Amino acid sequence: MVEEIGTTTDGDIIINVGPQHPATHGVLHLVITINGETIKKVEPHLGFIHRSIEKMCESLSYRQFIYVTSRMDYLSSHINNHACALCVEKGLQIEVPSRAQVIRVLMDELTRIASHELWWGAMAMDLGAFTPFFHAFRERESINDIMEETCGARLTMNYMVPGGVMQDIHPNFQTRVKNFITLYKSKVGEYNELVTGNIIFQNRMKGIGYLSSEDAISFGCTGPTARGSGVSCDTRKLYPYEIYNQLQFDEILETGCDSFARYMVRVREMNQSIRIIEQLIDNIPEGDFQAKTKAVLKLPKGEFYQRVETARGEFGVYIVSEGGTTPYRIKFRSPGFSNLSALDHIARGSKLGDLVAMMGTLDLVIPDIDR
Amino acid sequence: MSNNSNYKDSSKASPSGGGLEGASSYLKDIFNGLKSLVIGLRRTFYYFTHHKEIITQQYPDNRETMNLPERFKGEVVMLHDENNEHACTGCTACELACPNATIKIITKFDITPEGKKKKAIDKFVYHLELCTMCNLCIVACPTDAIKMAQTFEHSVFNRADLTKVLNKPGSKIREGVE
Repeated sequence: MVEEIGTTTDGDIIINVGPQHPATHGVLHLVITINGETIKKVEPHLGFIHRSIEKMCESLSYRQFIYVTSRMDYLSSHINNHACALCVEKGLQIEVPSRAQVIRVLMDELTRIASHELWWGAMAMDLGAFTPFFHAFRERESINDIMEETCGARLTMNYMVPGGVMQDIHPNFQTRVKNFITLYKSKVGEYNELVTGNIIFQNRMKGIGYLSSEDAISFGCTGPTARGSGVSCDTRKLYPYEIYNQLQFDEILETGCDSFARYMVRVREMNQSIRIIEQLIDNIPEGDFQAKTKAVLKLPKGEFYQRVETARGEFGVYIVSEGGTTPYRIKFRSPGFSNLSALDHIARGSKLGDLVAMMGTLDLVIPDIDR
Repeated sequence: MSNNSNYKDSSKASPSGGGLEGASSYLKDIFNGLKSLVIGLRRTFYYFTHHKEIITQQYPDNRETMNLPERFKGEVVMLHDENNEHACTGCTACELACPNATIKIITKFDITPEGKKKKAIDKFVYHLELCTMCNLCIVACPTDAIKMAQTFEHSVFNRADLTKVLNKPGSKIREGVE
């Protein structure tokens, strides 16, 4: 731990970014050692939004603990809930009806698009462009409306339950998703016009924040952050869950290893999510949306682990059960924590002005890092 | 621009190139840069002149016309019919399902006309300030006595105002609900 203010013996200046700073996306505190304008060291300090979620889960039943995970990575709350539901189902050995599986995958992919849309807007805002934020929110709003109609909430849905989904999809769901696909396809060109092709944006992204494939692996980076460095790590491809092994989609890999490569991975991933939704939206099988489960769930004694691919990377749920109605221990493997650990490495030697851009491309959600 | 030592950017023209070739690629970069800015600004001016494509909702001026979906989770309410009767038997299934101890059911014993004691709810206490709108109580209720309402403007000046008693005064359980 370094001193939080002052100068070092080498004459370097120590400054603080955050925890209440508009560019840090939350209560992240970075202690930065700079020499002139060159960053020598970045030390993230956590703990400002620690809620001891893992400990809280130990006193909640297997139905109740799922809602807490919506409050971790709130931008992909559906996918977090999905991982918990899958892990409990693995312990109970429940067969989920095919209708529920398709609904779950549809919701996951809609969430992924919504999350990447928000990231895209916030990324441009980190670089000083304010308008793209509203463009991104316009499309995200229609996803939120779909979620609101079917799940009853816009951000923390708690829609996935052990055995399936909580309610059947709303009768308007299919129409509205199709309308969204049309809307998205007509508007995605604007994204490239406004931001991707912009010369200022490109000059601030290309060659900044170099993270080699070896470093991405050794820091445990997952998701678009690692795929921007050419590391194949898509859990949907490598460890398929639900019906992902029956779907046609590509794992997006970029070899640029810089901020722009990570940006392009996310922009291209949105199109893959649209592709998955298009395959499923007309083929939702008939049947139950929830398997029959007992009123009180009891996992057998043992350890259960389930990983899923959230919008930020690999999210893992590890449950230790002693055979009771509540878990003995729960551990969440959150993608943001590992991705943040690479920040110091990629920021060293670059300029202070680029720090926020590099942080933006890691897609940090602080409540996910600091549970 | 950053000079990250372990990165070689091949896309940029080398500054030491010099000569006519260097100058033409320099001008080309400027031209392409300006072109990309014009493309972006064209999109901005398109929305500047097309007001109808702006979709901002004028909340709170649109309160009358705003339709929240039926499933929107605003707060828990108890359903009462025109005879001021509800369907809550006081089984505490919702209380047990709640992760945050939001619901507290206080029961009493009614004397039926036959002279038997019958369990009934005295107060259905609901702490809105603790509720996370997870919908688990609604799913757990065997008699569909409670549901989610679409209200969302919950701010009050006093925290105690958020603790509500959901069964209306003088209400009783509907005939035939067990």
